[in-house]
Amino acid sequence: MNSKKLNKFLTDKFGDKIGNLFNEIILSFITSLWFMILMFPIMIIKVNTIDQTIIWRWHNLIYIGAGSFVLSYLWRKALKLKEMKSRTEENSKKSFSLSESLSNLSESKFHYPAMGVTLLLFILIPVFSSLYQTTVLSSALIYVMLGLGLNIVVGLGGLLNLGYVAFYIVGAYSYAMLNTHFGLSFWVALPIGALLSTVFGILLALPILRLRGDYLAIVTLAFAEIIRLILQNEGDIFGGPSGINNIEPPSFFGFEFGLDGKTVLMYYIILFMTIFTIFVIFRLENSRIGRAWQALREDEIATKSMGINVTMTKLTSFALGATWAGFAGVLFSAKTAFINPDSFTIWESVIILCFVVLGGMGSIFGVAIAALILYILPESLRAFAQYRMLVYGISLVLMMIFRQGGIIDVKRKHYKLPDNIKAD
Amino acid sequence: MTHVLEVNNLSKHFGGLKAVDEVSLKVEKNQIVALIGPNGAGKTTFFNCITGMYKPTSGEIYIPSSAHRDSHITGEGHRTKAIHGLNPHVITECGIARTFQNIRLFQNMTVLENIMIGRHCRLSTGIIGAIFRTRKSRLEESELIHDSHEILTKIGLENYANEFAKNLPYGAQRKLEIARALATDPFLLLLDEPAAGMNPQETKELDGLIVKLRDTEDLSILLIEHDMNLVMSLAENIYVMDYGKLIAQGTPTQIKSDKKVIEAYLGEEIDA
Ligand SMILES: Nc1ncnc2c1ncn2[C@@H]1O[C@H](COP(=O)(O)OP(=O)(O)OP(=O)(O)O)[C@@H](O)[C@H]1O
Ligand SMILES: [Mg+2]
Repeated sequence: MNSKKLNKFLTDKFGDKIGNLFNEIILSFITSLWFMILMFPIMIIKVNTIDQTIIWRWHNLIYIGAGSFVLSYLWRKALKLKEMKSRTEENSKKSFSLSESLSNLSESKFHYPAMGVTLLLFILIPVFSSLYQTTVLSSALIYVMLGLGLNIVVGLGGLLNLGYVAFYIVGAYSYAMLNTHFGLSFWVALPIGALLSTVFGILLALPILRLRGDYLAIVTLAFAEIIRLILQNEGDIFGGPSGINNIEPPSFFGFEFGLDGKTVLMYYIILFMTIFTIFVIFRLENSRIGRAWQALREDEIATKSMGINVTMTKLTSFALGATWAGFAGVLFSAKTAFINPDSFTIWESVIILCFVVLGGMGSIFGVAIAALILYILPESLRAFAQYRMLVYGISLVLMMIFRQGGIIDVKRKHYKLPDNIKAD
Repeated sequence: MTHVLEVNNLSKHFGGLKAVDEVSLKVEKNQIVALIGPNGAGKTTFFNCITGMYKPTSGEIYIPSSAHRDSHITGEGHRTKAIHGLNPHVITECGIARTFQNIRLFQNMTVLENIMIGRHCRLSTGIIGAIFRTRKSRLEESELIHDSHEILTKIGLENYANEFAKNLPYGAQRKLEIARALATDPFLLLLDEPAAGMNPQETKELDGLIVKLRDTEDLSILLIEHDMNLVMSLAENIYVMDYGKLIAQGTPTQIKSDKKVIEAYLGEEIDA
């Protein structure tokens, strides 16, 4: 049915407001009818193959009808609200929203106190939370690091890397192997792992940086899968499917810790590395090199004509992203003491990419918040853990429709004329 | 007179299509030269060959070996440097900057940031310098902000400094393209249809701006333009292309009465 014609007919007959309402109800009703037909063979008919009988579950029909009707109605309302909001925003350009105030926060004078309080909170968490919660938070922080690292590549550089987990693997396996074979300590292996990961990043980047968009995504995806398969099949060197175990946790100036102490120490090391990550990316983002990355994301041809070496710029973005995956990998294998190829499937890459997209490409705080929430939420709601990917999927779809910029819009830095120079 | 650009028999073929066919062209110091021709004549392709976006099929492109505007260009017997086949970013570093026919700004960045990116090739801060915020990098950054503001003021865009490039009115976006090219510190500016889509008032302003830039910035300018009024008033020397070939060259008065040119434009009004 033509919804525009219907709308006109109804508004002519009943006036604007009621006509609109009718129109929406009718459209929602049609949607629910369609859903009832669609779900009929799945949700209503049930064949009992043993008795050769059919069970009719008519009550399901009512649930589906009512549910889809309500959802469809809300959906229409939400879309309309969004449309209205963008229209009023165009008019006044001044609207208050949570994300706006959040991104404002990173500029205002509350910036430092707010960061201090957050930091204090994270430092105190192990004191008043259980060991389990501390472990979960450690894992979440590793994902924050991974999200921020991938953010350099995808969010700033605009290079769609679907095989980010490959560099995570390099980091994790380098510590695992250096430790179990050569007895290297965590602190020595941490920079080595990151360095190896960077080297891998450069080696992979050199041949494929000519590729763009989809092609780059596919090649990186394949690369990650190849690395995982090699690990799986090389039993002698990498331990095959059973992986490597008995990886030592980090030491700390010769102190002896119990299990609790080790977990808490690990948490603090990861927290420190996360802060380090945020610090570095914060500094890079608005630097000469960071601006070159973002220019590349915006327009490659214009970037070339600005005298920027595109190949080098892509390479640094790709390699620096890999460096952080390397750090995260070393931390991961030190934390779990046991790794195998199953921890590094394609899904890891996809999840990390979800964090970046949902958080807002290029936004440090957005990505960090998205990674924390999206990792901890399914973890703490264990009953729903199996729906994790579903939740990610739905949030991505909703995000694409209602907030393309992610949780936090990237706010550009406002440069002011430095006073000392202004004088002349 | 010295040449800041000398193109000899440049050709660019796309398969069987000779988009640019044996074109030679010279730009003298502080001259404004126009390149005109009907749609699809190969003008943009010619620009792309000079700036290194395309590798020419054959032909040579020379600039003075020390053409950068800080150094003095000596008279006769100056040495030249071949730039054909070099990478675009190297050519920009040599001092040739360009704008694009279809605007190619960094849309989701501010106007000032667009300029700052233009300065990239004249700066040196690397990853380490940025992370540790060394004295040198801080100094460079504050100088950069100052210089970028100055460039914006020169073009008359200072009020837009912190706006997103995509939110600028069309005419201002065209100007920003010029400002960004200027930020790379060129001695030769290539403008690809700078007046396209501008209204007569804006075009007039642009005319003044181009002359001003030539005089105050010590620039030489090569421009592609369809607006004949602008071309005739600005250019001292005009080259005309059609189907990839050079069909005429001369002063505005010569071009206006050239048979081949009139034929190529087939009845289009050329006289200003
Ligand atoms: N990358 C390319 N591959 C194949 N053909 C191309 C390519 N670029 C340009 N051409 C062709 O070369 C010819 C010249 O194009 P060009 O863009 O240089 O024309 P132009 O003189 O700039 O025209 P306009 O005034 O419309 O901008 C056209 O026929 C075009 O289709
Ligand atoms: Mg063109």
